[in-house]
Amino acid sequence: MADAPPVLRARPLSPHILQWRWHITMATSILHRVTGVGLYVGLLILAGWALALASGPDIYATYAGLLGSLVGRIILFGVTVCLFFHIANGLRHLVWDFGKGLAPHTANITAWIALAFAGVAAVGVWVLAAVMGAL
Amino acid sequence: MSEFRAAQFRTALGRARGLGSAKHGVGHFIGQRVSAVALLFLTLWGVAAALSVAAGGYDGARTWLASPVNAALLGLLILAGLYHAQLGMRTIIEDYIERPITKAALLILNAFVGWGVAALALVSILKVTFGAGS
Ligand code: HEM
Repeated sequence: MADAPPVLRARPLSPHILQWRWHITMATSILHRVTGVGLYVGLLILAGWALALASGPDIYATYAGLLGSLVGRIILFGVTVCLFFHIANGLRHLVWDFGKGLAPHTANITAWIALAFAGVAAVGVWVLAAVMGAL
Repeated sequence: MSEFRAAQFRTALGRARGLGSAKHGVGHFIGQRVSAVALLFLTLWGVAAALSVAAGGYDGARTWLASPVNAALLGLLILAGLYHAQLGMRTIIEDYIERPITKAALLILNAFVGWGVAALALVSILKVTFGAGS
């Protein structure tokens, strides 16, 4: 451009965390990481369950009691939400790896689907658990 | 110190060879995807199993784990999960931690936790499985 200003102004840095409009695909990207860490915790709880089961009835009863407490149930429900979100969003990742579904419009829709699926599936499993008398 | 770096004595081609891709990076990427596919099935099985085991108490759980199929699938779920989570945590640590010492310490901790929990879980599963029949 011939009429460009002679003095270069400081250029904005982009993408920049403070200059960035929140959008849904950004949230799901971050949530994939968060739920991955949540599932890691869930896996440690599962391994602890196997250890408790191998350690006799008393320790198992204590461990099951902890899991069945209010705090324990809230944590387990959180792990369930993490699992179903991570599964749905992980499937998005696997589809993207084939170069599909990356158009912004499609990615926005599948992001909402993953979020909705996580909520519905997690609540569904816990309702099922209640119905089966597993709670 | 810097004047005597070995790289100074190397040819341009030798330096370039040392800098390029070692062709190993993609291994973690593939491992993360393959374990993801395995975990897709294993975790869904795990949810169904949890629902059926939760109400049975200690004896019910021991009977459940006495089945070789349940024991094998639970072992696979924990192993594949730890493998996948360890790769994932490694990426997270490498993304956020800049100080080399801290990064190395966390990466080592990540490996220790992974292997340690895997060993504990497997021995526990086998103890119940083999102990139940007697
Ligand atoms: C025990 C269950 C699981 C645990 C503990 C777990 C944990 C994690 C963690 C910690 C990460 C790293 C996140 C990041 O780098 O931001 C990750 C990434 C990933 N997970 Fe999982 N995950 C589990 C199950 C699954 C399942 C069932 C799927 C498949 C549907 C899946 C698909 C993926 C994919 C594709 C990535 C890579 C994402 C990327 O490249 O950014 N995961 N997982």
